[in-house]
Parts: sequence; C-alpha cells; structure tokens
Amino acid sequence: MQKIIQDIESRYSVSEKEIRRNNLCFLTIPKNQAISLVTYLRDYQGYSAFTLLTAVDWIEEGHFQLTYLLNNPTNYTEIGVRTMIERDHATMESAHHLWESMQTYQRELKEMFGIDFPGSPRVDEDFILEGWTDIPPYRRDFDTKKYAEETYFPRPGRETNDPAEYMKSKLFPND
Amino acid sequence: MEKENKNIPLVKTKTFINPENEKRSVTAPDGSIIEIDPIKDYFCQDRPKEYKVRSGAVEKFLNWARAESLWVLGFGTGCGSIEIPPLVTPRFDMYRYGVQMRPTPRQSNVFIISGYLSVKTLKRAIRSYEQMPSPKYIIALGSCTINGGMYWDSYNTINRLDHYMPVDVYIAGCMPRPEALLAGFAKLKELIKAGKAEKANEYVRNLDWYKANQKKIIKDWNMPDYNW
Repeated sequence: MQKIIQDIESRYSVSEKEIRRNNLCFLTIPKNQAISLVTYLRDYQGYSAFTLLTAVDWIEEGHFQLTYLLNNPTNYTEIGVRTMIERDHATMESAHHLWESMQTYQRELKEMFGIDFPGSPRVDEDFILEGWTDIPPYRRDFDTKKYAEETYFPRPGRETNDPAEYMKSKLFPND
Repeated sequence: MEKENKNIPLVKTKTFINPENEKRSVTAPDGSIIEIDPIKDYFCQDRPKEYKVRSGAVEKFLNWARAESLWVLGFGTGCGSIEIPPLVTPRFDMYRYGVQMRPTPRQSNVFIISGYLSVKTLKRAIRSYEQMPSPKYIIALGSCTINGGMYWDSYNTINRLDHYMPVDVYIAGCMPRPEALLAGFAKLKELIKAGKAEKANEYVRNLDWYKANQKKIIKDWNMPDYNW
C-alpha cells in the first residue's frame, strides 16, 4: 500500500492522504487530475474493479466532494480517490469510458445532487424522480420535511418526540 | 374527507408525451399513409362510469360471489410485497378463502398496496388500478399507506393513500404479518357482503378531486387522464 501511495505521490499532486487500514486509503486530488489518476490506477496498478462513485455536500465550504472507490481484486486493497468540485454550477469530467456502470452513478448524481457530467450517456434523463421540479433533494439546503408537509397531505394528529428528551423524561422523571 | 377538500382547483401541469404516444404518420399495408394520435386513438377519452348496483336478492347473490372470489393483482410496492408469497404457500394458503394472485389488471379485482408508494410507483399503481374492471377493491397494507409511516417526511413517498386512490380496508402495522393480511381479507369479505365496499364508484364520483391530487405530485403526467 505504502509503495503505491509513494508512486502516486511522485506522479500526482496529492493534497491529503488518509490511510484507514493497511488495505484502504483515501487520496484527495485536484479536480483536473482525478480522472487521470483513476485511469492510471485501473490500467497500471490493477485497480480494475469500480466499487462506487458518491458525493458529499459540504455546504459550509461551498463544494461537493466526489469519491471514486476502486478495488484491486488481486491483492484485496481499495483506494478512494477524492476530489473537491465547486458547488455552484457543479460539473465534473465524465468517466463513463472507463467502466460502463459509471453511467448510472453519474446519472444518479446529476439527479440527486445536480452535478453535471457532460457527455455521459443518458445523463439528462429522469432516473428515479420523474418530473422533479425542485432543487435536487440530496443537496443539504433542500428541506425534506418542509417539502413533504407541503406536498403529501400529512395526516393530522401525528405526535413526535425528541428521542433523547423523551427517554430522559421516561427513565429519570424526577430530574 | 372528500367534501372538505373538493374545491381544490385542477392543477395545470406541463404535459409530457411519451415518445411512443406522439402523433405520427404510419404507412398502412395497402400503401396509404395514415395519421395516428395514440393518446386519442388507443385510449378511451370518455369519463368512467359507475357500475350498476342492483338491489335485493340479486345484489346479495352478486356480492356473495364477489366476496368468495377475490383475485389479487400481482403488483408489489415497498417492503410489504414480501408478506404476500407466504400467503400462497401451504402455511397460510390464501386459496382456502378464494383469494388468488392474477398476473394482469384486467383479470383481477383486488389491489393490495403493500407498503410505501413513491411517486414513480404511484403513477404505475394508478394506471393498473384504472385498468381493473369494476367492482374493484383496494387493501392498504402497512402504516406507510395510512400516514406515511417511517417515510412520513420523505421527499418522494406519499403520506396518505386515500388522497390518491379509494381504500376499502386498511391493515395497520409495520409490517403486518400474513395473518393480519388474512384478517384484512376476511374484513373485506364482510364489507362486500354487506354492500359497503363500493369505493370504485366513489372514485368515479370524485374523479376530479382524485385527479387533482394525483396531478399535484405526478409532475410528468404523460398518459391519458383515465387509463382504460
């Protein structure tokens, strides 16, 4: 693992590395180098299995974090390639030419986070949300509860309790 | 419930047309070119009609016959659909009660909404329901269909099924066991025999209200208003 990380650091500008276990690490890389690194890992380092592509919304910092998780089936190691992209007009280079399954992940990210992947097949088609008109629902500024209450006719009479407060009042009524 | 909300105006939605439903010209086998408009030509444009409720002994006999042959549409939504296979197998064996699964809407008269409905599934459920011949009944399974259950604040699942489709029997629980489902069938039989399960007519009577609710959340309404 260390050997591969050193090799990557000599070729790419890794801004941050996080070694979780001896078979799992995460490397943060600039946006323009990410697909290049993924390609390099696939073609030269044996990380031929694509596990997933996911996004995290860091709304306070104003960017999305994309993670490409790759698996090496011969020595059972995993590398996560992380990259930060701008939150407004989020676009990322498409990687559908590397693995076909990437199309589906990119389509999902387009719908759920609004991250565009120009050139990815069928990326503009509706995936799960048909005819969605609001802002993408996985963005953290989307208020799920408010949207559901306005849209779906909530049945009156539902009582909700804050679990911590409720258990405290049940278990320690005298405090 | 219907009366207090009946004044909701019809929601104007942008109309989407499925590619296979677009107007096009087709060459007939004899060489002539004909224009077809699938939405108009393939689907009935009339409003649905109520089925006739007879009276006296005839209606009693018909209701007995309907109650003893409940044919369920094989359409599973959400986690509740996993409760239905045990009903078919020998342990619970719903065939004892005249309940059996059918593969198409045209052959069935009971629709089990088995759990949460996302908007995407609701669209398919409405299409299937409207294709079923009357009299038809809906069993709503699980608390998701009653008030949203654990998905009550989700952005994509409905809260109350009775705003979109007429429900005859609710079965509460998360999830109800197959025994509860059998009890639900027994209750439905009771209702049918008592002549109280005529929600298909209610759907026709309040069609505008139901359609307004459906169109409020199904934003890419790309099918005819009523799917025959």
